[in-house]
Amino acid sequence: MAAVTLSQVRKAFGSTEVVHGVDISIDDSEFCVLVGPSGCGKSTLLRMIAGLEEISSGRIEIGGRVVNDVAPKERDIAMVFQNYALYPHMTVSDNMGFSLKLAGRPLQEIRSRVDEAAQILGLREYLERYPRQLSGGQRQRVAMGRAIVRKPQVFLFDEPLSNLDAKLRVQMRTEIKELHQRLRTTSVYVTHDQIEAMTMADKIVVMNMGKVEQIGSPLELYDNPANQFVAGFIGSPAMNFLPGRINGAGIDIGEGIRVPVPAGATVAAGREVVVGVRPEHLAVGADGLPATVVVVEPTGADTQIFCKLAGTDITAVVRERHEFHPGVPIRLTAQLTYLFDPASGARLA
Amino acid sequence: MSAPGSDSQGMHYLESLPRRAVTVYLPLAVFVCVLLFPFYWMTITTFKPNAELLSREGNPFWVLQPTLAHIEKLLFQTSYPQWMWNTVVVSVVSTCASLAAAVLAAYAIERLRFRGAKPTGLAIFLAYLVPPSILFIPLAAIVFRLGLFDTRWALILTYPTFLIPFCTWLLMGYFRSIPYELEECALIDGASRWQILVKIILPLSVPGLISAGIFAFTLSWNEFIYALTFVSSSETKTVPVGVVTELVEGDVYHWGSLMAGALLGSLPVAVLYSFFVEHYVSGMTGAVKE
Ligand SMILES: Nc1ncnc2c1ncn2[C@@H]1O[C@H](COP(=O)(O)OP(=O)(O)OP(=O)(O)O)[C@@H](O)[C@H]1O
Ligand SMILES: [Mg+2]
Repeated sequence: MAAVTLSQVRKAFGSTEVVHGVDISIDDSEFCVLVGPSGCGKSTLLRMIAGLEEISSGRIEIGGRVVNDVAPKERDIAMVFQNYALYPHMTVSDNMGFSLKLAGRPLQEIRSRVDEAAQILGLREYLERYPRQLSGGQRQRVAMGRAIVRKPQVFLFDEPLSNLDAKLRVQMRTEIKELHQRLRTTSVYVTHDQIEAMTMADKIVVMNMGKVEQIGSPLELYDNPANQFVAGFIGSPAMNFLPGRINGAGIDIGEGIRVPVPAGATVAAGREVVVGVRPEHLAVGADGLPATVVVVEPTGADTQIFCKLAGTDITAVVRERHEFHPGVPIRLTAQLTYLFDPASGARLA
Repeated sequence: MSAPGSDSQGMHYLESLPRRAVTVYLPLAVFVCVLLFPFYWMTITTFKPNAELLSREGNPFWVLQPTLAHIEKLLFQTSYPQWMWNTVVVSVVSTCASLAAAVLAAYAIERLRFRGAKPTGLAIFLAYLVPPSILFIPLAAIVFRLGLFDTRWALILTYPTFLIPFCTWLLMGYFRSIPYELEECALIDGASRWQILVKIILPLSVPGLISAGIFAFTLSWNEFIYALTFVSSSETKTVPVGVVTELVEGDVYHWGSLMAGALLGSLPVAVLYSFFVEHYVSGMTGAVKE
C-alpha cells in the first residue's frame, strides 16, 4: 500500500492541453474518487497514474517513488477497466492468474491466490468458465479479482460500474467498498456519477475541464462547496441557483421577492450575485417566497416539487406529504443559502 | 375474397417452402452447377479414352469406356509427382514465412503507433497493387544475380513479394478489431510486447490467421508467371507450369492428362478449404466477440 501524489501534472494531446496542472495527494489506504462531467479528463488522469499515457509535465509519485518514466508493470498497480477487458480466450482462473504467471510465480502459489480471490468475490463456481459465459456483474467481479490477486499497492478503477444496471450498480458499489475496508489498498476510482462518489469516497476530487475544482471529504464538499460548479455538481437533486442583487440586508431575486443575505457574509451593496439553495433546504410554509407548482413527484420517502420562482425553475424536496396540483401557488422558505459570484462562480458566502 | 387478410395468413404457411425453393434453393442450384461444371468436365475428360475424346459421335457429357491411361501417363511418364512435391514445398514454406512476416508487420503498423505507421500501411497496400506481370522482369534479374535461377528457392523467396502485402493488409484489419484495453490490461499485468503478441493477440486472431494462410496458400499454389520465368528444368517445376509446358507438345494437346493434372492439382486446395471453411468465414467477419 502506498500514497499517491500528483504535482502539477499536465497532459496535452498534440497542441490541445486536456489536463491543466493537477495537484492531488492521496494518502495511504485512502479511497479517492475522481468525479466530473464527461470529457473533463478523469480517465486521462487515471491512465497517467497507470502509466498508459505519458505525462506532458509534472510529477507522479507512488509510495514516495517518482514514477514518471516507470513502465506500467513496474508501478505495482492494478486497473479495472470500464469494459472489464477480460481476456476472451482464457478461463476465469487463467484471467485472474495471468499476471502471476507472467511474473513467474510457482503454480501452487498462483492457484492458492486465485482461489483466495475467488473466495472473497464469490467466484468459486465460475473458475473454469470463459468470460462470454458470465453475466455483466460476474465479469465485473472477475475484473476485480484479477486486480486483487496481485496484491498491488494501488487499485485504479475507471468507471467500473457504468455498464451494469441500476440495481446491480448499487450492490457492486457496496461490495467494492467492503472490499476496500477489508484490504485497505489505496484506491483511485473514476466516475461521473456523484452519488457513487458521495457514497464510496474517503476523499473526492471534483474535476471540470481538466482542472481540479475542489478536494475534500464527501460532506465537506456538500456543506462547503468552493464554487458554483461544485455546489451544482454535488448533491441530488442539484442545487437551485437564482440570480439576484444585494440590496441592504437582503437580496432582490425578482419583483418584490427578497431573501436575506446569509449571516456573516460581507458583500458590497448593489452587487450582482447568484443565490444557491439546496432543494432539501427549502421548506413549504404559510409565508415565504411565492412560487408556482409545475410538477409534483412523490417518491414515497419524500416529495420533489418542481416549481417556478421569479421566472426560474427550482426544485424543492420535502418530507411531509402535500396534495399539490400543478399551477397552485405555494410559499417557500430557504433555510440555508449560499452566494456565488455570477462571473467566476467563486463562493462569496 | 371476403377476408383477404386471414386468407393470406393461411396461405403463408403453405407458401413458405415453395417460396424458399424459388428464392433460395433454385438460384443456389444454378450457382453450384455453373461453379462445378468445369470440375465435372475435367473429371470426365480425365477418364475418356482418346478415341471417345475426339469423336463427334455420342454424348460429350458422358464416358462410355472409362480408362486410367491418362492418369497413368501423367504419373509415370511425366515428373508430375515431383511437380506436386515442388508445389507443396514452395507453397507451404512461402506461406509460413509470409504469415510470420505479416503478423509482425501488421501488429507494428496497427498498434505500435510509430511515426509514419499510416503511410507504411498504405505503401504496403500499394505494393500489393503492382501486378506480377510487371514485377517479374526486374525480379528475374535479381534471381539470376543471386544464383537462384532454376531452384525452388527462386519461388520461395519471390512469392512473399505479393503474399506479405496481402497478408499484412488482411491481418491489419483483423488486429484493429481487437480492443486496445486488452493490451493495456496485459501491459499492466506485466506482459512485454512480445508476450502480448503471443499470448493475447495471436490466440484471438486465429480465424484471421487461417484466412490469411488459406489465401496465401492458394495464391502461391496457383502462381504461374514467376514459376514459368524463374524455373526451367522439369525437376523444379510446379504443377501449373509443368502441366502446361510438358503436356502440350507443339500443337498437340494431351487433353486427358492435362485435365487429370489440373484435377489432381486442385484437390489439395479444395481439401484445405473444406477443412477450414468455418474459421475462414468467421475470419472474414471480424475478431473478438464477447
Ligand atoms: N488519445 C487522445 N487524443 C486526443 N484527445 C484525447 C485523447 N484521449 C482523450 N482525449 C481528450 O481528452 C479529454 C478528456 O478525456 P477523458 O477520456 O479523460 O475524459 P473523461 O473525463 O474520462 O470523460 P468520460 O466521463 O466521458 O469518460 C477529452 O476532451 C478527450 O476528447
Ligand atoms: Mg472516461
